[in-house]
Amino acid sequence: TLGPHLLLWTCPRGRYAALAIAAVVIVVGIPLWWKTTETYRAWLPFSEISELDSLQLQLSVDIEVVFSRGTLTPEQQKKFPLSHVNEKEHQVDVSIPELLTSPSTEADLSLHMLSESSCGSVVVYVIPETAALLPEDVKVYVGQRRTALLRSPPFKSSWSLKEVLSNLDVEVEQVVSTMSFSHQDIVAALSDRVRMAKVTKESMADSMRAIKSSPGYEITFSLLNPDPRSHSLHWDIEGAVQSCIQPLLNKLAPIANFSVDSQILYYAVLGVNPRFDNSVSAYTLSADSLSHVINPVEARLGSNAASSNPVLNFLLYVPDSHHSPLFIRDHSKREVPSNAFHSPRWGGIMVYNVNEMYGPEAERPVDININMAKVMGVFLAQLRLMLGVQHTHPPTGFVLQSPGSAGLADWELDRLLWSRSVENIATASTTITSLAQLLDQIGNIVINDNIAQQVSSAVTSLQSAVAELEAGNLAFALQYSREAILASERAFFDPSLLHLLYFPDDQKFAIYIPLFLPMCVPIVLSLLKIVSEAKKRRADKQAKSD
Amino acid sequence: MAAHRCGLSVVCILIFSSLAHPSSCDTLEKANDNTATKRRISEVNTDGSVAGEDMNERQWQSTDVEVNRSDGTKNGETFAPAKDQFQEELVIRPLHSGDIYASFQFRTLWDTDFLQEGQKKVSHYRLFPKSLGQVLSKFSVQELHISFTQGFWRTMQWGQPFIPSPPGAELWVWFHDTVSDVDGNWKELTNVLSGIFCASLNFIDMTNTVQPSASFKPLGLGNATDHRFLRYATLPREIVCTENLTPWKKLLPCGSKAGLAVLMKSEKLFHSSFHSQAVHIRPICQDEQCTSKAWELRQTLNVVFDHYTSGQGKKEWSLFKMFSRTLTEACPLASSSKVYVDITDNPEGELFELSPATPLLSQAVVLGDRRTYSVYDLTRAETFGQLRSFNLLLRWKGDSGDMLRPLLHAERYVAGFGLQTGEIHTVIYNNHPYRAFPVLLMDSVPWYLQLYIHTLTVTSKSRDNKPSYIHYQPAKDRHRPHLLEMLIQLPPHSMTEVTVQFERALLKWTEYTPDPNHGFYVGSSVVSALVPSMVAMSTNFTQDQPLFSSFVPVKEESSYFVRVYTEPLLVNLPTPDFSMPYNVICLTCTVVAVGYGSFYNLLTRTFQVDEPSPPLAKRLANFIRRIRGVPLLA
Repeated sequence: TLGPHLLLWTCPRGRYAALAIAAVVIVVGIPLWWKTTETYRAWLPFSEISELDSLQLQLSVDIEVVFSRGTLTPEQQKKFPLSHVNEKEHQVDVSIPELLTSPSTEADLSLHMLSESSCGSVVVYVIPETAALLPEDVKVYVGQRRTALLRSPPFKSSWSLKEVLSNLDVEVEQVVSTMSFSHQDIVAALSDRVRMAKVTKESMADSMRAIKSSPGYEITFSLLNPDPRSHSLHWDIEGAVQSCIQPLLNKLAPIANFSVDSQILYYAVLGVNPRFDNSVSAYTLSADSLSHVINPVEARLGSNAASSNPVLNFLLYVPDSHHSPLFIRDHSKREVPSNAFHSPRWGGIMVYNVNEMYGPEAERPVDININMAKVMGVFLAQLRLMLGVQHTHPPTGFVLQSPGSAGLADWELDRLLWSRSVENIATASTTITSLAQLLDQIGNIVINDNIAQQVSSAVTSLQSAVAELEAGNLAFALQYSREAILASERAFFDPSLLHLLYFPDDQKFAIYIPLFLPMCVPIVLSLLKIVSEAKKRRADKQAKSD
Repeated sequence: MAAHRCGLSVVCILIFSSLAHPSSCDTLEKANDNTATKRRISEVNTDGSVAGEDMNERQWQSTDVEVNRSDGTKNGETFAPAKDQFQEELVIRPLHSGDIYASFQFRTLWDTDFLQEGQKKVSHYRLFPKSLGQVLSKFSVQELHISFTQGFWRTMQWGQPFIPSPPGAELWVWFHDTVSDVDGNWKELTNVLSGIFCASLNFIDMTNTVQPSASFKPLGLGNATDHRFLRYATLPREIVCTENLTPWKKLLPCGSKAGLAVLMKSEKLFHSSFHSQAVHIRPICQDEQCTSKAWELRQTLNVVFDHYTSGQGKKEWSLFKMFSRTLTEACPLASSSKVYVDITDNPEGELFELSPATPLLSQAVVLGDRRTYSVYDLTRAETFGQLRSFNLLLRWKGDSGDMLRPLLHAERYVAGFGLQTGEIHTVIYNNHPYRAFPVLLMDSVPWYLQLYIHTLTVTSKSRDNKPSYIHYQPAKDRHRPHLLEMLIQLPPHSMTEVTVQFERALLKWTEYTPDPNHGFYVGSSVVSALVPSMVAMSTNFTQDQPLFSSFVPVKEESSYFVRVYTEPLLVNLPTPDFSMPYNVICLTCTVVAVGYGSFYNLLTRTFQVDEPSPPLAKRLANFIRRIRGVPLLA
């Protein structure tokens, strides 16, 4: 006799039933399971992100070249397509007699008044070779604003305007690389993304010294008084900040928000014991030991509790009476005249000696007023370094007007804006591409709608920033690049990305196996059996037909 | 961030447009920038780079700045009168149980026009800690009180503390009435404070925050009454240790380098039966007329040393024995630096002897009692003697007398059995022999204890005592706790019992703490009262009042303000078996698999009727026939 299980495959009904169940499990069950257990992943613009990956930046600068009277022949002038340029020429001519007497800021100012240049653009005034406006050996004069005076090389009167311009190309390019950006600046701004291979040490030092681009900065001035028993110090930081630092920060307002505060720290000591030098009867700190100086102080500086922006620290250290005077020596064992040093992206320290003020009979603690002009001069210079207002090395024959009361010339600001825009774009696109890569690699991460929205807004801001750079609209480019950075960072650091990240696969299988194993084994076995039977039947048929 | 590097090509195309055309980009600065003020600060000529050296090794660079060398510094110029002030004080009170109560108070006054609207971006700090100042201005805080306490203050043995605090962490904040999103500010503030104090204040959320309507009034200026701007939360489970003390010490202008804070050695401070550190910030008047206002930061640290039990019953103490340090100087920034020792019980020196002795005595009315203190002024050199070190020593001669029983005292416990229901008992004692006075009782109970408010009973002297004011805010599951505030009149020399029943809720399995069988804490009840005073309280405001007696403003002579915290409760909740989810999954899967298996069998297998087998006799016959070789039967 045959048991029921042996009878199974003799009857076609059982076969069909097994096939139907397998079909139901595959067609309904698996999609249902897949759908109910899948993580929510909103759509991301992956193709656009991968386009960003190979970022092509095109920077364009509007350059206006204005020829003053006497530089062009009348025939050349006639070929000018636009007439209002001539008007401007004329005005330049009118103002020149004044300039001859005082070739300084007034000339620059009046030139600036003539053409209100927008940010990022450069105006080059070409003056005749023989003009007495500039000293003999000066080829180019760069003003406080976005203007430069260029002594024209001799033109042949037979040249067309095009030839004249092409003749000027080299000089104009030099002017632009001084006033807007040079190749090195751009490479330094992109240092996060590209290998630094051909970059010179100097531009790398510049890029390392400047603090990274951020929507805001906290500037903290700290007065360190390690010995409150011997001297009680007074500093008029409020007035000093108002008169020295604030003009610069106002000027830099388009780049970031700055907040300034100050504090006095008592019993804050440096981490190194200075050595007494008999030759100068003073204590000295060598450059090698400077890196150990900060550590104990830094713990007391405190971070800003109320914001997460990067902090720039400027410390004024007044040595205690037993270690005074204190001087800093550089690597060549010379005394540093400013008695100050700075650390890239961190801030600076200035040592302020007060030993002359003790006096023989003075009663302790001695009241000491700190000369804020001296201190702020140093801190301002350090701040300019930290903010990346790079000191340019002008080509020979260039004269740069000093920035004046604002502490920053317009074209210096433009330089900063150029490099910041490029840096922001690079950072934001790096963030977005690495986020996309991460999300692509780890399928467990939930992508909520708000993250998708942030990512796409970052991508659109990036695209518009690139487009604005291409069109030469520097202000808009910077604004878009900042938006892109904000959106990309928000998406990258969103905590909802972490929710299911650590749900390991072995736990998943441990939960699924009690259900899947008993369900799948009969189905698989019966399917195998059906297949083997079908094979056997076909072999039988073949044998029969033979 | 996984840095993703890629090849990148920069195409810089400089478009040389030879023609002037108006650009569309907006200008960022005004064109008519007047450079009339050509005041140059100093000729700054910066060149930060030194050529020919390796960048990696040279992180620190000297700043080469050409400075204007004209040295304008002179002594005797007009100093800006900074009215910031710092005071420090230590009070030592020998307790009747033989323990020693040491209370440090540090007060920093920050003279600033904080009430002025339109905040400036620049903020300058001298003695006031910058981190707290920034918190105040960012979150528009009107008043902030935070305390961390390890151990429970035993009122019946020790009397009243100068500034009471409940076990664990307590935080209450009054926000400025200009704040629109109080809850958002509160959430952010707790997170920031948790960073500043290294504590788990970030666990404060809406489920343990309440807005008491009457119990917590502002202690400083400004009579805010709208309790929408008040937030109060306790974390009774918070463990206080060294990591909380270090940031607290950092807020002091002298740190722990000089002054009284030198004594704060954490291994001694935490080897005690009670430790509480607090920060109170509030706006106060600078002078009597209140012409100028200032922020006051009070940092208090209270310790009770149990030298009596741990020191073989000896009651002698000295500064060195308690703190393993002695004092050598006052903080040079402090305008006053004093040590007070309570000698009220020892008027003629018959009980104990203090050395070094001091001629300075001070009387103060503290908590309804006139106390006498020996004062040691650390700003004077003679305090330190020839050894230049000040080690206070107390020797007992006789046995101490009786302590004045605290007039107000409260305790609390959970009654009931099983894991379903229970009852919270709060007992408040009025020890005053003949005066009745009202007290405000505030209870904040987490939502997982579901209070049956109809079972609330208040009985004193076995008679029903009807509260004259009840403010009850029921809990919302997972959103807010219960808040119960009652104004109860306490009869003289009585015991008042407040009971309320509750049911324990079942939590979701992720809501349990990592050690659920430890139980769940319920914060202390707060009893606030104006207790009738035995002696007249001084209501006038003087600058040289000792700090310990000037914290709570005294409004009338006949009574003083006291806040008493009860014990926190530890309640067991029904705790599930936490492997349950996996068991459930396995069980359901097995059931499904069994059901599916039978169903599958039924569907795929066919059953045929088998031929009935021959009877046993026939089979036997056939067997025998097979052996014999005879044909079988059909």
